[in-house]
Amino acid sequence: MADTTFDLIVIGGGPGGYVAAIRAAQLGMKTAVVERAHMGGICLNWGCSPTKALLRTAEVAHLVAHADEFGVKATANGVDLKKVVARSRAVAGQLSKGISGLMKKNKVTVFDARARLDGMAAGGARKVALSDADGKALDPLTAKHVILATGARARTLPGLEPDGKHIVTYKEAMVPETMPKRLLVIGSGAIGIEFASFYNDLGADVTVVEVMDRVLPVEDADVSAFAEKAFEKQGMTIHTATSVKSLKVQKGKVVAEIVPGKDPDKARSETFDRVILAVGITGNVEDLGLEKTRVRVEKGHIRINQWCETGEPGVYAIGDVAGPPWLAHKASHEAVLCVERIAGHDGVHPLDTANIPGCTYCRPQVASVGLTEARAKAEGYEVKVGKFPFIGNGKAIALGEAEGFVKTVFDAKTGQLLGAHMIGAEVTELIQGFVVAKTLETTEAELMATVFPHPTLSEMMHESVLDAFGRVIHF
Amino acid sequence: MAIIIKMPALSPTMTEGKIASWLKKEGDAIKAGDVIAEIETDKATMEVEAVDEGTLGKIIVAEGTEGVAVNAPIAVLAEDGDDKAAVAAAAKDAAAEAPAPAAKAETPAAPAAPAAPAPASKPAPVAAPAPAPKPAPVAKPAAPTAAGGRVFASPLARRLARDGGIDIARVPGSGPHGRIIKADVEAFVASGGHGMAAGGLCAGAGQAFGPANARVEPHSNMRKVIARRLTESKQTVPHFYVAMDCDIGALLALRKEVNEIDESLKISVNDFIIRASALALRKVPEANVSWADDGMKVFDAADISVAVATEGGGLITPIVRAADRKGLAAISAEARDLVARARSGKLTPDEYQGGTFSISNMGMFGVREFTAIINPPQSCILAVGAGEERAVVRDGEIVIRNMMTLTLSCDHRAVDGALGAKLLGAIKELIEHPVRLVL
Repeated sequence: MADTTFDLIVIGGGPGGYVAAIRAAQLGMKTAVVERAHMGGICLNWGCSPTKALLRTAEVAHLVAHADEFGVKATANGVDLKKVVARSRAVAGQLSKGISGLMKKNKVTVFDARARLDGMAAGGARKVALSDADGKALDPLTAKHVILATGARARTLPGLEPDGKHIVTYKEAMVPETMPKRLLVIGSGAIGIEFASFYNDLGADVTVVEVMDRVLPVEDADVSAFAEKAFEKQGMTIHTATSVKSLKVQKGKVVAEIVPGKDPDKARSETFDRVILAVGITGNVEDLGLEKTRVRVEKGHIRINQWCETGEPGVYAIGDVAGPPWLAHKASHEAVLCVERIAGHDGVHPLDTANIPGCTYCRPQVASVGLTEARAKAEGYEVKVGKFPFIGNGKAIALGEAEGFVKTVFDAKTGQLLGAHMIGAEVTELIQGFVVAKTLETTEAELMATVFPHPTLSEMMHESVLDAFGRVIHF
Repeated sequence: MAIIIKMPALSPTMTEGKIASWLKKEGDAIKAGDVIAEIETDKATMEVEAVDEGTLGKIIVAEGTEGVAVNAPIAVLAEDGDDKAAVAAAAKDAAAEAPAPAAKAETPAAPAAPAAPAPASKPAPVAAPAPAPKPAPVAKPAAPTAAGGRVFASPLARRLARDGGIDIARVPGSGPHGRIIKADVEAFVASGGHGMAAGGLCAGAGQAFGPANARVEPHSNMRKVIARRLTESKQTVPHFYVAMDCDIGALLALRKEVNEIDESLKISVNDFIIRASALALRKVPEANVSWADDGMKVFDAADISVAVATEGGGLITPIVRAADRKGLAAISAEARDLVARARSGKLTPDEYQGGTFSISNMGMFGVREFTAIINPPQSCILAVGAGEERAVVRDGEIVIRNMMTLTLSCDHRAVDGALGAKLLGAIKELIEHPVRLVL
C-alpha cells in the first residue's frame, strides 16, 4: 500500500499547488499533491502558456503580412489551423511533463484523483478523502496541513450559458477546428482581449462587447483608450458600456441580443458564427468538504488572511480559489509565503498586491503594476505623471513598432513610484524593471540615476520617469 | 599620549545609549577599574569602568546626552606627560569624527541575531562595562545598524526618514535581512519614535499577547471596510460630542395614537427621530454640510443614513433620502424595507452610499447613552439611547418622566460647538413637540 501519511497535502497541481509542493519539499516536509487532471493546472494546460503559443502564431502571421515594409518578399498563404492548435497543445504537453519531472525530482508524491477534506484523523492530523475519475473511493490521506489550490473556472451568466460548440469559454476557444467568420467576444478583460486579438489577427471579423465603459477596465484609463483605438484600427468592432442579454443558437449560428447600456431602447440582434464568453472566473470551491469546516466562502472564493490561512486551523488557500487578482504568479508567490509560514520561517512578508504586475498579450501588448492614475488620486495621493510615446524611441522605430507609450505615476510628496502602465510591443517583458523598482521601494531619484542601455525599448521607461519630473530628453 | 574613551557597547544589540551621569570630573585621577560614568540603554543602566590609568582630560559628551552611538568618542583620558594642548587636540580630532559614528565606524555589521546572548566579546579599547547584569536575551533580530554597520534601508524609507527629520539608524527594520522599508519608518513615527518593526506587531501578536492557541479568523470584506473607514474617521476627523436628555412622553403618546389610526402603519420611535433629524437639518442648514479640502459641501436635502447591524455580523447604513420632504408614514415604510434588506445583505450600492447625516440607535439593547464614530464624509452622527422612566425635576418637584438621551458627534472642521448644540437643540425641540413631526 502506498504511503498515505504526509506533513502537507496540496489539493491542486497548478502554479499555486505545484510551487507550494516544491517549496515544502525543499524545507524538508513530506509532501503530496492531489491533481484531478493535468499537473500544471489551467495555467500550463489551458491558460497562460498555450494561449501564448497561439498569439505567437498571430504575431508571425502579422509580420509576414507586413514583410514588404521590411524589404522581405513573402506572401502569406493562409493559416493551417490544425497545425496552429497542434503546436499550442505540444507546448502545453511539454510544460506539463516538465512539472511532473519536477515533482519526481523533489520527491513529491502525486495522486491522480479528486480530494475532499474529511474531518480529523487520530493525533490531530487532517483526513483527506480521495476518489478516482469514476467516483470510486481511494485510500484516504492524512496530513497536519492542507493547502487548497484548486483554482477557478470560467464564470457564466444567466442567459449566456456555453454549449461548448457555438458558445464557448477559453478551453474550447483555444482548440478551434474551424475559423469563425464572425466572432463575438463577451468581456474585454485579459482573457477576452487576447482571444479577440488572436482571432482578429488570423482573419476573423471580431466584435467585442464590454459592460464597463472601456476595454481592459482594470488598466489605466489612458491604456484602455489607446488599446480601443488600436483594436478598432485593426478592424475589430468594440462596444463598451454594452451588454449581451441573451444568446440563441439557430441553424448553426448564434443570435445575440445586444443592449447598449446608455440606450436600452436601441437593443438589437446580431448573428455570429461563434461566441467566446470571458466574463470573469469563479473559484473551484465545490466538493472540497468545506461545509463541515470553518472555511468561509465569499462570492465564490475562499476567504483568507494575509498568510493564506482560512478560518480552519491547518487549512490554507492560495491562488485563484482564494480570490483576485487571478494571476498565476500571484498563486506561486502565495504558495511560497504560505509554506514558509507553515514551516515557521521568520521574515515572511504578506503579499503586497500593489507590486503584482499584470500582463495582457494582445497586439499591442499591455503591462502594468501598481496604482492607476485615477486610483492613486482616489486614494488621496497628489501625483506626478510621466508619459513617453514609442514614436520617440529609436529601437521602437527600428522594429517598426512605433505605437504605444509608457506611463508612470509618482507620489509628488515622497517620490514613491505608485504605478507603471505600458502599452506597445514587448511591454510584457519590460514591466519587470518597474516591478523590481517598486518592490525595492525606489524613488524617482534612483530610477533617474539608473543607466538604461541604448538602443532598447527600456529607454522609454527612463524617459517616462524623467517626464514625470519635467526632465524628458527625447520628446 | 591622550586616549579617546568611546561609547561602549554594553550588550550585543546595543546601538546607542544615554550618558546618564559622569562619576568623575575633568582633572580627576583615574585608576584602571574605576567607575567613570553611568550609561543608560533602553534595557538597563550600567556602569562604565576605566581600563587605563591617567587623568580625565576632557568630557566630550555631556551628562544627559541621549542617542550616543556605540563607539562615538565620549571623553579623553590624559596619560602622564600629556599636556593640555595634547588633550585638546585629541578631543578636537575625536569630535570631528563624532557626528556620524554609525556610518563611519569600521566594525562590520553584526549578524542578525547571535546564537547565544554573550556579553560583548571584545570590550571597547579603553572603557569596559563593569561586571554588569546579564544582557537581556535577544528576542528580535538586532536592528540593521547593530554595532555601527552600514544602514540598510530602501530609498523611499530613507527619503521619508529624512523628510520627517528621523535618524534612519534608529528605525528597526522588518524587510529582508532587517532592511528598513517604508512601513518601518511609518511604524516608527506612529509609535512616537520608539518603533517596533512593521509587521512585528501583526506577525507575532498571536504568540506574544494572545493565548497560544487562538484561532485566526480571516476578515470578511465588510469587516475590513468597517475597520478602515472607522479608523480613518477616528484618526482624521476631530470629533466632539454634545448630549441632551429629551422628554419623550408626548412622542410616545402621539405614536400610540397615530398607530391606532391605521394598524398597518407601525411607526417606530426611530422613524420619529429620522423625521426630527431631517427637519432639524432643514432648520439648521449650516450643519447639513461636509468638510472637503477644497471647500465646504452644503447639501440641500437631508439624506439620513440609519446604522443597521447585519446578519453575518457587521454594519451598514442604508439611507432614507430627502427625509425632510417625506411624511412619517413614508419614512416608516421606507426605513422598514431598507432595514430588512440591509440585514439580509440585499441593498444595492446607491441605497447605502451617500447620505448627509447618520443615526445610530442602540436603545433596543438597553443602552442609556453612547457616543458614535462619524461616518465620513458626513459631519454628524446622532447616538440614540433607550427611552426609560427617570426621575427628573419639574417646577421644583421630582417627577417621573419618559426620557431618552441623545448624543451628537460632530466633525469640528465643519460644525463648531455652538452649531452642534443648536442642531441637537432643534432635534430635541421637535421630539418634545412631536406634533410638528406629523405636519
